[in-house]
Amino acid sequence: MEPILFFNELLGSYGLILKGILMTVKISVQAIIYGTAAGLIIGIILEYGYPPLRYLFRFYVDFIRGIPVLVQILAAYYILSVIGIQLSTLGAGILALSIFCSSHVAEITRGALQAIPKGQIEAAKSISLTFRKTVIYVLLPQALRQMLPTWVNTATEIVKASTLLSIIGVTELLMTIQQLISRTFLSLEFYFLVGFIYFLINFTIERIGKGIEAKVTIA
Amino acid sequence: MSTDPLLKIESLHKSFGTVEVLKGVDFSMNQGEVISIIGSSGSGKTTILRCINLLEEYQQGSVTLDGVVMGYKTDNNRRVRLPESVLVKHRSMTGMAFQQFNLFPHMTALRNVTLGLIKALNMDKDEAIATAERWLERVGMLARKEHYPSQLSGGQQQRVAIARAIAMNPRLMLFDEVTSALDPELVNEVLSVIKSLATDGMTMLLVTHEMAFAADVSNRIVFMNEGVVEEIGPPEQIFKAPKSERLASFLKGTTI
Amino acid sequence: MVYHFNFSAVWASFDLLLYGLGLGFILALVANTIGVGLGLILAFLSISPNRIYRLIGTSYVTFIRNTPILVIILTVYFALPQIGIGLGKIESFIVSLAVYAAAYLAEVFRAGLLSVPKGLHEAGMSVGLSRRQIKFNIILPLMFRNVLPSLSNNLISLFKDTSLAAAIAVPELTFYARKINVETFRVVETWMVASVLYVLACYLIASVLRRLEKTFALPV
Repeated sequence: MEPILFFNELLGSYGLILKGILMTVKISVQAIIYGTAAGLIIGIILEYGYPPLRYLFRFYVDFIRGIPVLVQILAAYYILSVIGIQLSTLGAGILALSIFCSSHVAEITRGALQAIPKGQIEAAKSISLTFRKTVIYVLLPQALRQMLPTWVNTATEIVKASTLLSIIGVTELLMTIQQLISRTFLSLEFYFLVGFIYFLINFTIERIGKGIEAKVTIA
Repeated sequence: MSTDPLLKIESLHKSFGTVEVLKGVDFSMNQGEVISIIGSSGSGKTTILRCINLLEEYQQGSVTLDGVVMGYKTDNNRRVRLPESVLVKHRSMTGMAFQQFNLFPHMTALRNVTLGLIKALNMDKDEAIATAERWLERVGMLARKEHYPSQLSGGQQQRVAIARAIAMNPRLMLFDEVTSALDPELVNEVLSVIKSLATDGMTMLLVTHEMAFAADVSNRIVFMNEGVVEEIGPPEQIFKAPKSERLASFLKGTTI
Repeated sequence: MVYHFNFSAVWASFDLLLYGLGLGFILALVANTIGVGLGLILAFLSISPNRIYRLIGTSYVTFIRNTPILVIILTVYFALPQIGIGLGKIESFIVSLAVYAAAYLAEVFRAGLLSVPKGLHEAGMSVGLSRRQIKFNIILPLMFRNVLPSLSNNLISLFKDTSLAAAIAVPELTFYARKINVETFRVVETWMVASVLYVLACYLIASVLRRLEKTFALPV
């Protein structure tokens, strides 16, 4: 271990590291947004949809959840170009992470919706709300509040999964650190550093989540 | 027109799976009448209410409210349940207060009442708030309009729930055992609200275990037993001079 | 865009895929067993009345849970040799997965321990059992029954993480799938088969765990 050398290298390369962090954030934010949007809709279908649709998405969710993220990423990377979809490596990676995220969010949403007492739907019916409005004004607000901690957990899983994009050559944080290691041979120091950075990112996400939870919890 | 009954229930049959809960219910109600349904658990009392406002499906019979046949139509001799959009319109003719209140926990008392006015009746926001506040005041909850359900006692929640239902201006109000889940000391505040609504001429159908209250507020009492209307009549008859044996023995098991 | 399916290339190497899947099972089994043991210790540490033990328990869990497992794998395999700990590929992967698993399982066990009613501990004491005996005969059996569903979910998830062994060229299923993909260019077929194998494997594990749940369930 050579702390002085390490700090020298760190000072010299912090710009690169920052770029890597930015890329990781960019990847994660996009995957989380797309995945959550899709996941919410799928979750609603899983709980309230017509049986054929329900079975279809049930199969989708169960299938995706049985496949390791790395396999999804590799599959997206190799398959997309072959079937003619022009997506950059980065795009393929974000697509795979979004699909992964959507399957988790769908399951969480379904669980949260299922936990809402049936009386809420009956009360909404008795004041003549259409089902669409019932979902928007009565069910989702309650489900989202209930889902929040678990969803934050899913968000941190996506951030961690973004490291797998280094395997298909995306220059996110881990790849950047690996490049630095191959140049400086200070593997232990840099791996600990990157572990610590990811820990900080996820810890921050959890803190923000707890903050939001405090704000939206009802009295 | 005004002598036609507001509510007509004919030959209502309902089963849950293989268990038949309603075995042919018939009765009718006039506008402005208050009717209480009494009977032992499992006799089908709550089920009748839930069939009227189409929360439950039923296999046979019809419910007609203000001339409208609710929920079903006959198509080439086949009985067909109407689509949800039509059911929503039919349901808007009734209002229901539930045993478990079912207030929306993430909304203030005021918002609970204005939600239906704004989103279902498409009322203008200011008009909705004015209407809601009027009804909240009627039930004595105006001072607490910005409170959330978790901050209200059971009796207070139930009164807000009643305001929420009535603000929608239904032709018929349904009360499903609205005091059964309340602590004893909170029951009276709800009962007095119901009584004052009755005095104002609201048409109401109540399912209740509160016999003294039923006797006090109702024009007629319906006694349900094993899925049929066993006896129906004014309170003096039902409670003082019951015609059916089963009613007599049911009353023995309760205190008036 | 027409894609001509040709599974023959994949079938030719199917035995490799199965071998990889088998290795994955073994890796998961060994790593998770260590993880369960370590996780239990950490769980007890994090509910200990002793502040230092608690700190050790919760810090480990918090730090490892927020770290990407790939970082742990790379650290153990590439960086540890620098301070003299040189492990082979498979050993180092098992260590990485075990370390990671312990953090997740510790959380599961901690919740399980907290859900056992306090009164049982006191009942054990009043019958004259030592703290050790209470732990093993009363608390742990009850806790295991309570946590089985959550434990199952985590174990399946950790099995899927064996795919990351491919990152350090351990010859498990994903590694072979990628190899076949690159060598035969039968992209869709390869990944379809690999995916189905994983899904079936997870289903199998889930079924076994569900049987276990039923076997150990207390009569209602």
